Amino acid sequence: MSVRYLSCGDTAFTVEFGNEISPQINGQVMALHAAIGAAKAAGKLEGVVETVPTMRSLMVTYDPIATSRTDLQPRIDALIAGGLKAGPKSRRVTIPCCYDDPEFAPDLEEVAKRTKKMPEQVIAGHLASPFQVYVLGFMPGLAYIAGLEQDLYLPRRSQPRVRVPRSSVGIAMNMTTIYPFESPGGWHLIGRTPLWMFDQRREQPVFLAPGDSLSFQRVDRRTYDRIAREVEAGRLDWSSLVKT
Amino acid sequence: MTGALKVVRAGLFDTVQDLGRIGFMALGMPTAGAMDRVGLALANALVGNAAGTAGLEIGVMGPDLLVEADNVRVALVGPLSPALIEEPDAPPKPLDSDRTHLLKRGQVLRVGMVEGSSTAYLAIAGGWALPAFMGSLSTYARAGIGGFEGRKLAAGDVLPLKLEQAPPGDELRLGAPFDYGSGPIRIVWGPQDDYFSARGRKTFVESDYRVSKEADRMGIRFEGPTIEHSKGADIISDGIGPGAIQVPGAGLPIVLLGDRQTVGGYSKIATVASADLPRLGRLLPGQTVRFTAVTVEEAETLRRDQEARLKRAIAELAIARPPGGIDLARLYEENLIDGIVYEAAG
Repeated sequence: MSVRYLSCGDTAFTVEFGNEISPQINGQVMALHAAIGAAKAAGKLEGVVETVPTMRSLMVTYDPIATSRTDLQPRIDALIAGGLKAGPKSRRVTIPCCYDDPEFAPDLEEVAKRTKKMPEQVIAGHLASPFQVYVLGFMPGLAYIAGLEQDLYLPRRSQPRVRVPRSSVGIAMNMTTIYPFESPGGWHLIGRTPLWMFDQRREQPVFLAPGDSLSFQRVDRRTYDRIAREVEAGRLDWSSLVKT
Repeated sequence: MTGALKVVRAGLFDTVQDLGRIGFMALGMPTAGAMDRVGLALANALVGNAAGTAGLEIGVMGPDLLVEADNVRVALVGPLSPALIEEPDAPPKPLDSDRTHLLKRGQVLRVGMVEGSSTAYLAIAGGWALPAFMGSLSTYARAGIGGFEGRKLAAGDVLPLKLEQAPPGDELRLGAPFDYGSGPIRIVWGPQDDYFSARGRKTFVESDYRVSKEADRMGIRFEGPTIEHSKGADIISDGIGPGAIQVPGAGLPIVLLGDRQTVGGYSKIATVASADLPRLGRLLPGQTVRFTAVTVEEAETLRRDQEARLKRAIAELAIARPPGGIDLARLYEENLIDGIVYEAAG
């Protein structure tokens, strides 16, 4: 396997596995992310600060006082040459999502029209998609979750919304996302989860992690309201949503 | 009751910052942290704090702070206009930067304007009694986290101190102002220099770029000649390191700093050498810079040299002359040099 090393100054470099979005390439990224994490935990790779996985590359940040690019790059090469095992077993996360309220799903009708489906078929497609978290970024806790059923692919909205409510579930291209904060956004909104993707009261404030397998579970408005109250009060048992 | 500093008048953009929230970029969490880590390190060293202790980053104009503690030792590092100390029934007195001062209950520290730089630092002996979030006190205002309630300071805020009384000890000063370097800002090509034409890269390192008004903790947008792409401005998003210089389609460079996003989809022509990031963190709108290329190895060496100089500056902190008093250390130095026999003068 050949990778490219791209310089990011004297405190980081990017290991680029390819220039396309594919599960194979992302799998290698996640495997190197895990391998470096394990080596660091074992006290090796002194001077490595952290790693940032994206769809097709891994940025490695380092402390130039403690190590150097010349010292580090061969060690990363050796990890790759040693064969990257598939990363740790990915978590399987279930996200409750309410599609029924027009306030939650303002774009459902339009998505249905543009993909020549009934709204129920759009929902069924979203529920059946084998999603995986590829990368987090743009804002804390915002996950790019790929794997949307192909016949639901649409470009982003030509007019982004100025205000997308927190926990809105959107689709665009081959991906879905969940807004961790109220923010501007250009994705097609087809539902809302009662979960908060970022909750600074929790010990792990960010719920999703790169590599997570993810599926949505349809809930009605009453169930949504009940879970939303538990989240608000900090009483939700988040572990019930995760299988390892 | 614990001691505190109360904001009686807010500055422009004052935030609690340490060296950043490290280790969570994979979760989309920006590192934030001091724009000028050298300034923060010197301020901390003066008051006897560990290097990574959170201080107050003063953005352009500082607050007025009322001392609500028996006493507190502070140091301001950075060019101020100068700061003033006020107490009831007395005219305000100037308060020198780059040294410590022992402030007493009821005094008001008027930090005032930062001059010739966008940032200055206030360190407090013992630090703030504020909760860390994800291991750091750095404020990241866009998500409302860290620091004091996740935001810049506002009038009425009460910042709790770890210490009710300053530890005993001499007041200290910097031996000399720290040399941040001058001349062009050093950059390393990449990660996507191959997305630019040879002409575009030449334009970038051979032109003056002016800091626009769009300059904040996230980054600095520069104005100047446009940089020509050869493979376009868009990439599949990848990680954004500190000092990354992205060039969107319009061709003007944006240097990304502490509050930058963790990943992004614009091609990045180059990255600022880490030794020059503190200079970037001090730039003001209207100032002009040039960029010049160095290798990764050269940039690493620049950074190690800077760390060595910083260590020396900290080792050479001197006892500050009390107002109107005698600086004994300096007196002895001068005796050694010019050979005056002091007894004879008495």
